[in-house]
Amino acid sequence: MAGKPRTRRRPPLLRIAFLALWVLFVLAPLYWVFVTSIKPSDDYLAVPPVWFPSDPTMVHYTAALFAYQGLTGLINSIIVSVSATVLSVIVGTLMAYSLARFNTGGQHLSFWVLSQRFLPPIAIILPLFLNYRLLGLQDTHLGLILAYTVFTLPVSVWMMFAYFRQMPRSLEEAALVDGCTRWTAFWRVAVPLAAPGVVAAAVFTFIACWTEFFFALVLTSRNAFTLPTVFRAFLSFQGAQYGEASALAIVSLVPSIILGVLVQKHLVRGLTLGALRG
Amino acid sequence: MADVRITGLHKHYAGGVHAVRGIDLTIPDKQFTVLVGPSGCGKSTLLRMIAGLEPVDEGTIEIGGEVVNDMRPRDRDVAMVFQDYALYPHMSVHNNIGFGLKARKFRPEEVERRVRNAAELLGITPLLGRLPRQLSGGQRQRVAIGRAIVRNPQLFLFDEPLSNLDAQLRDEMRVEIKRLHQEIATTIIYVTHDQIEAMTLADRIVLLRDGVIEQQGSPLDLFERPATRFVAGFLGSPRMNFVPARLDPVDGVPALVLDGPTLPLDPSRAASFEEWRGREVILGVRPEHMSKADGGTSRKPAQAPIRVVIDLVQPTGTRTHAQFRLNGTDVTVELPSHTVERPGTAIDLLVDMSRVILIDPRTERTIPG
Repeated sequence: MAGKPRTRRRPPLLRIAFLALWVLFVLAPLYWVFVTSIKPSDDYLAVPPVWFPSDPTMVHYTAALFAYQGLTGLINSIIVSVSATVLSVIVGTLMAYSLARFNTGGQHLSFWVLSQRFLPPIAIILPLFLNYRLLGLQDTHLGLILAYTVFTLPVSVWMMFAYFRQMPRSLEEAALVDGCTRWTAFWRVAVPLAAPGVVAAAVFTFIACWTEFFFALVLTSRNAFTLPTVFRAFLSFQGAQYGEASALAIVSLVPSIILGVLVQKHLVRGLTLGALRG
Repeated sequence: MADVRITGLHKHYAGGVHAVRGIDLTIPDKQFTVLVGPSGCGKSTLLRMIAGLEPVDEGTIEIGGEVVNDMRPRDRDVAMVFQDYALYPHMSVHNNIGFGLKARKFRPEEVERRVRNAAELLGITPLLGRLPRQLSGGQRQRVAIGRAIVRNPQLFLFDEPLSNLDAQLRDEMRVEIKRLHQEIATTIIYVTHDQIEAMTLADRIVLLRDGVIEQQGSPLDLFERPATRFVAGFLGSPRMNFVPARLDPVDGVPALVLDGPTLPLDPSRAASFEEWRGREVILGVRPEHMSKADGGTSRKPAQAPIRVVIDLVQPTGTRTHAQFRLNGTDVTVELPSHTVERPGTAIDLLVDMSRVILIDPRTERTIPG
């Protein structure tokens, strides 16, 4: 019997299954890291795998934070990442405004700023190391902050540059005629409107600084070492310290999660607003 | 006193663009002056230089007797209304209007008083708590005007403020702006590309073309006595018709010969065109200066008869715009409704030769007479 044509629709069940698989794929390693951090050492590589320890322990956290100086690394990471982020975003915003509004340096300067990102860190690490030794910046917070600021600046500049360029000039011009100086027009009109872009740039910069390993490894030793550099101590001739490494990994997630929750709304706006305006 | 005096003003842009070429202009205090012209004529550039938003390359700008070339916009005591309104999106209407006063460190009570007064004048008091994105186009325009008037500046600058509005709203806002000028009696410089806005708003029109002043004067001056073909064609809607012709006597009477039909000149003006006898000219005649012959023999000496065949009819409601071909040119005539209904109709017209202009085809300037 010829019935009415059936519309072929992908059942939502497949979509749900796909999403569930994807979530599992992303969260499974995190879960494994978490349970490893509270497992006794015997359970690390047990077969069959221990999905949740029968007697969880916090001993790995204590060891990672104190014996392996994870806490010091964490504090140093926070100091360096926050400082570099603040500096990079402030300088980057000012620079981006200058490029966008005054065409400073013509088209070549703006591209040159971005091109710094193409530079592989390994190409400059040796001269940087030697200069730092000379200037007394080796193994200091300041040294690392400066290095991070410089290598995250191109991203900050380019994100804010796109933002300022799509902002109508007439807003600042109106402010100038209304009674603002160049600076107050920037501060009271341009920056509030670019706030989502600032947030997006700050998040990207923070993540880049927080996870950076190579510069931290070479430019720090006993005093200013950061969290990523602490992890290498867990892979030693004594064997892999899975529990301590996992504990420190979980600890290092905490600031990122807090940051993500705080800025989530602004981050989405900041990433998409420029695109919508074209 | 806020008269504006511009002397020898030049502005160049990158790429060899000479946007403003040696403009000399005096705008008396309290006058409503409209800078009008096609896109790219330099009117907005001129306005922005007066505001201080563009640096001057050459020449001087004086406001109230003071040279302002090197003065920052905030120090010139001018207020500006932008084409896209330029309302601060992150501030309420109240804060938008009061922004300039706060930037100049006015006392909060004074800011409040002035904002309320401006809002009342413009009928936007209920909108004070809203954000710009919650307003319609017309409302935003009023807020932009409110932001300007609240500072009591010596000079108002309007940069195509009605361009983004629909036709009906534009008509309403035009009336509002005219009324506003009567109330606040301050010098206004208004930029537009719309000749209707220019004609209806201006005490004085400055018509610009390619960075120079083509003509300036009262609206009726420019309309009735245009100096050039450009001015004649720019003002008036539908625009003036330009038909090539030759000035030759026909049966001893000075006339315009149009490759077939001829139009005798207005006897009271014929003598002024004597030296153009035998030469090519361009006849400029406005659509409203031709009328349907009533069939009788009564016609004024200045009215020249012509028989034409209509090939296009555009009714507008109150009037009909009919088009015909004359000497290779499409000519539009404005007639009462229902005079002509179908293309292909032959019709007798009377051309009011006292109102036409003759243009030198080489210089494109109007021949005096």
